[in-house]
Amino acid sequence: MSKKMHINLTVNGEHHEFLAEPRELLIYTLRERLNITGPHIGCETSHCGACTVTLNGKSVKACTMFIAQADGAEITTIEGIGSPDNLHVLQRSFREHHGLQCGYCTPGMITRASKLLEENPNPTEEEVRFGMAGNMCRCTGYQNIVKSILAAASEMNAAKEAAE
Amino acid sequence: MIPASFDYHRPSDLEGVLALLKEHGDDARVIAGGHSLIPMMKLRMAEVPQLIDLQAIESLKGYSVNGSHVKIGAMVTQHELINSDELAAVAPILRETSLQIADPQVRYMGTVGGNVANGDPGNDMPGLMQCLDATLHLIGPNGTREVAAREYYEAAYVTAREEDEVLTAISFEAPKGGYAYEKQKRKIGDYATAAAAVTIQKDGGKVASASIAMTNLSDTPVWSEAAGNALVGTTCDAGAIKVAVAAMLDDIDPTEDNRGPVAFKKHVAGIILTRAITRAWERA
Ligand SMILES: Cc1cc2nc3c(=O)[nH]c(=O)nc-3n(C[C@H](O)[C@H](O)[C@H](O)COP(=O)(O)OP(=O)(O)OC[C@H]3O[C@@H](n4cnc5c(N)ncnc54)[C@H](O)[C@@H]3O)c2cc1C
Ligand code: FES
Ligand code: FES
Repeated sequence: MSKKMHINLTVNGEHHEFLAEPRELLIYTLRERLNITGPHIGCETSHCGACTVTLNGKSVKACTMFIAQADGAEITTIEGIGSPDNLHVLQRSFREHHGLQCGYCTPGMITRASKLLEENPNPTEEEVRFGMAGNMCRCTGYQNIVKSILAAASEMNAAKEAAE
Repeated sequence: MIPASFDYHRPSDLEGVLALLKEHGDDARVIAGGHSLIPMMKLRMAEVPQLIDLQAIESLKGYSVNGSHVKIGAMVTQHELINSDELAAVAPILRETSLQIADPQVRYMGTVGGNVANGDPGNDMPGLMQCLDATLHLIGPNGTREVAAREYYEAAYVTAREEDEVLTAISFEAPKGGYAYEKQKRKIGDYATAAAAVTIQKDGGKVASASIAMTNLSDTPVWSEAAGNALVGTTCDAGAIKVAVAAMLDDIDPTEDNRGPVAFKKHVAGIILTRAITRAWERA
């Protein structure tokens, strides 16, 4: 066993400090150490995107990052995007447009989609499909996921216009 | 999927990296985006007792464009390559290639340096860099040196880089004329079944010069000088493209794997190169 490292992490605005082996994968830190179980483990091999979080402004697969690399980082998970009493537009939109079935991929989908819409607030259908290509869903056939994201984008844009 | 344990280092300058490489020898390895190395470590196909993270080294970040001379720091990510309008204006083939690598999440992390240094025949940047006749800038205990991308790859994961050297940047003259990076993959996010990087310069309605490199069709990327030469002086008509494809097929050496048998890969390579040449010529 290698030396443990002193790790500092901010997750959903909350600061955490702990000792960990450098090889600990970020997804296990979140799920097992911090009990933040929104990010899921689908493949554990960097392919499915169920573990997607936002780390220092990037959409990242948390199964493909050592906790040592993430030391000092700011992370947002699905828990930081909305709550049951206060759903994010994307969460409402997935519910309304049937963007999920079993729901296993959904935290990763919505976390990735929130970053996509931040970078490109008015995407075409093709841009949504391309921007979501790192997230797999074995249930929906993607059609309604794309619909949900496009609907959320229009709603967010309309709200922005109304505010201006 | 837990890798063997390691000690982690995050030096803030290249001197620190070189000192650690010297101190730990074969036990040490650098990590950039980690999206080739971490999967290998998780599978325990790579064991790295001393892991040296390059993320804090400012001198490896960013790029410069001076006229047609482009220099890209090793830690520039594929995401940054795609989002740089300046790079896309001077060398649009960078964006075209990067968009065909992996998926968005991987591209936020994957670096051009890791992609080029790695020596995985599946990586897309090495073929591109051979097509562009790029220069790789290395630093090691004896100072800096330059290696041509066309001389760098020796076999799968075996390159001209010594174990105590770090790739700092990649530079090239922006290609003039038409360009294309064309890739056949089984699904989005997959490595190439076959891919081709092509640049073509046109003069008086004819091909003045052409450069062609192929990805994942041998244990290294393949720059096919003969295929490029076959186009020179022609109008890039179907006959000329056939000759170029035949020359390329002589230079590659694909092996059978889960992307298909040899005959299939050669077939796909021919189609992909034909498409790439056609697109590059249209843009020339
Ligand atoms: C799901 C998935 C799909 C992918 N699909 C593709 C694809 O289609 N095409 C493609 O090209 N790639 C693909 N990749 C690989 C991805 O692009 C990698 O991130 C990239 O190839 C390596 O870059 P990295 O920064 O992650 O390097 P790392 O994984 O950090 O390093 C890779 C190797 O290079 C060495 N290295 C890194 N930087 C340097 C340096 N500056 N000097 C010396 N040595 C260095 C490391 O020691 C290591 O041996 C895929 C990866 C995943 C996970
Ligand atoms: S669990 Fe991380 S990509 Fe599938
Ligand atoms: S809803 Fe079941 S995997 Fe996407």
